[in-house]
Amino acid sequence: MALLRYESQVRPPLVDGSKDYHQVTEDICRPVEANPSKLWWIGFLVSVALLIFGIISVTMEVIYGTGQWNLNKTVGWGWDITNFVWWVGIGHAGTLISAILLLFRQGWRTGVNRAAEAMTIFAVMCAGQFPIWHMGRVWNAFFVLPYPNTRGPLWVNFNSPLLWDVFAISTYFTVSLLFWYSGLLPDLATLRDRAKVKWRKAFYGVAAFGWTGSTKHWQRHEALSLVLAGLSTPLVLSVHTIVSFDFATSIVPGWHTTIFPPYFVAGAIFSGFAMVQTLLVVTRKVLGLEDYITIEHIDVMNKVIVLTGSIVGIAYLTELFMAWYSAVGYEEFAFFENRLNLSSPYGWSYWIMMGCNVLSPQIFWFKKMRRNLFVTFFMSILVNIGMWFERFVIIVTSVYRDYLPSAWSTYYTPTIWEVGFYLGTFGLFFTCYFLFSKFFPVIALAEIKHILKKNGENFKDNMDEVEEESTEEFGEKHGHDHGA
Amino acid sequence: MAVKKFVVGNFDDETVLFPAVKKVRRAGYKIHDVFTPFPIHGLDKAMGLRDTSLHTAGFIYGISGTATAVGFITWALTVDWQLNFGGKPFFSLPAWIPVTFELTVLFAAVGMVLTFCYLCQLAPFVKKDHFNPRSTDDTFVMALECTDKTNETEAMSFLETIGAKEVKVEYKETEWWIGRYDKDKKLFHKETKNNH
Repeated sequence: MALLRYESQVRPPLVDGSKDYHQVTEDICRPVEANPSKLWWIGFLVSVALLIFGIISVTMEVIYGTGQWNLNKTVGWGWDITNFVWWVGIGHAGTLISAILLLFRQGWRTGVNRAAEAMTIFAVMCAGQFPIWHMGRVWNAFFVLPYPNTRGPLWVNFNSPLLWDVFAISTYFTVSLLFWYSGLLPDLATLRDRAKVKWRKAFYGVAAFGWTGSTKHWQRHEALSLVLAGLSTPLVLSVHTIVSFDFATSIVPGWHTTIFPPYFVAGAIFSGFAMVQTLLVVTRKVLGLEDYITIEHIDVMNKVIVLTGSIVGIAYLTELFMAWYSAVGYEEFAFFENRLNLSSPYGWSYWIMMGCNVLSPQIFWFKKMRRNLFVTFFMSILVNIGMWFERFVIIVTSVYRDYLPSAWSTYYTPTIWEVGFYLGTFGLFFTCYFLFSKFFPVIALAEIKHILKKNGENFKDNMDEVEEESTEEFGEKHGHDHGA
Repeated sequence: MAVKKFVVGNFDDETVLFPAVKKVRRAGYKIHDVFTPFPIHGLDKAMGLRDTSLHTAGFIYGISGTATAVGFITWALTVDWQLNFGGKPFFSLPAWIPVTFELTVLFAAVGMVLTFCYLCQLAPFVKKDHFNPRSTDDTFVMALECTDKTNETEAMSFLETIGAKEVKVEYKETEWWIGRYDKDKKLFHKETKNNH
């Protein structure tokens, strides 16, 4: 037993300040129970305004067709699919933090996982908008589902990566939602039991599903969390892999590469963590949760950013090498003329991508920079700009000059409605995030309490040996006389 | 509906609760349940609860997802309506792996969550007695079920000697019912008084 409790002396506490369980509850429930601040209202209303602009943009597209966008003969995906891949990528950090880090026993995840999972769900909601509205005749969107129809029935093409996407994204959304909500149940019960106002009791009473905190329920809850984490781990890797198949299984120069799956997954984690940083640096300050989302958390996530940023950088270089090594003229043209050449029409976008994704994160090799909130926030924005340009580079520069110069498209620039749609998803994302941060605990209460004894400042070194015989021995001796 | 009588001990520290659970069981009292604000590893074993088979259920759901995907796609693309996609074989299993995998995960996750909710009787509008509202905050609540042989005063003083901060005798509904948390909670307490 003593060996199992061994703890490295260099690890700082995960929760700052001397807190007991009740203090943790108070700290995390306070922002939910207090009236929203002026700042919250401003942010919320701006988000709603953006959302409305997005709805108008989409309405224009539905009424007049995809011709409202500046897509042309060879650039058929443009901003729309760029935004789709960008949002899906952002949606990867939450599940990575909650699932993969759970399996890796990374205690620090408890401070950030709830907010990151929420971010994942909202980001996937935003991502899903793009392929759906890109269909043009959106009222036929259900054609992507394999349902018995009057056309034969003619089934969907299960050999197509675009259909794999349908399954991957919808499964990912469902599983993330279930994972997130099952984790929320105990915390909603806490809010319910603390509620003094009638509507709160009613709302959280319904939302908490009648959670009681019974030992049997906790036992099943733990089992459920562990298995869902185990399922989500390959799932999260599969989703961006499948998104990359949309490109990689084609024979378009610039898309047709086997490196895409790992490169996309690394890029997804990279941009996802950047978005988590953007949100949490602000959230912890505004909601006063600095003791829970500590500078240590920021530091650790910045390490992930520099790691994944460098992986992405190696992928970029590998692509260039492979284009040269292939000795295929079209490949070389796509990479060396359309991308690397700064004086080509879209050369600038490649260098923005390189600068933001590969060069700028290298600043995080320095501890001082990793722990600086302003640098972190600025970098997180920069990384997300860079990752947006990565998708733009892949989607536009690979196709805007087709095989025949006669099929070279004119310079592709988005219309106001394309931009409006993108801004609208920001509206959707932040509206959801503001509502979440107001009505739900942004930190996993029960999980923080669970690690408090071992990792909280107040309890460190106070963990006495309390058991005179091991629980396993006791359980065997006394049997299972109290079955389920 | 079953309203029962309980001796309820409230603890404020799990390091006290843990040995207390064992002492209570050694003394031969019947623990109805222990309500805690967060999962305590090993408490289920100490209470003598058997392991959950939720994992097994998840495995079965997952396998059925795999079977559904492979079975359906095979039938749709090789039997029901054969389509030639670029000269590839009708039965092109490698291309079906992504969808098969996704459905495996989907079935396992949805099935497990539904099973979890069913086993724990969790659903919107479900209401349950959980003895002390602070058990979702910072209090660990141990409820001993009173049988005909139980001497309440003895049980209460026993709980106090092993570290319970607050000990009470309470009548509680053990099953769930449809109700709202903003409505009166005393419904079953009144019935109890009439019955006893």
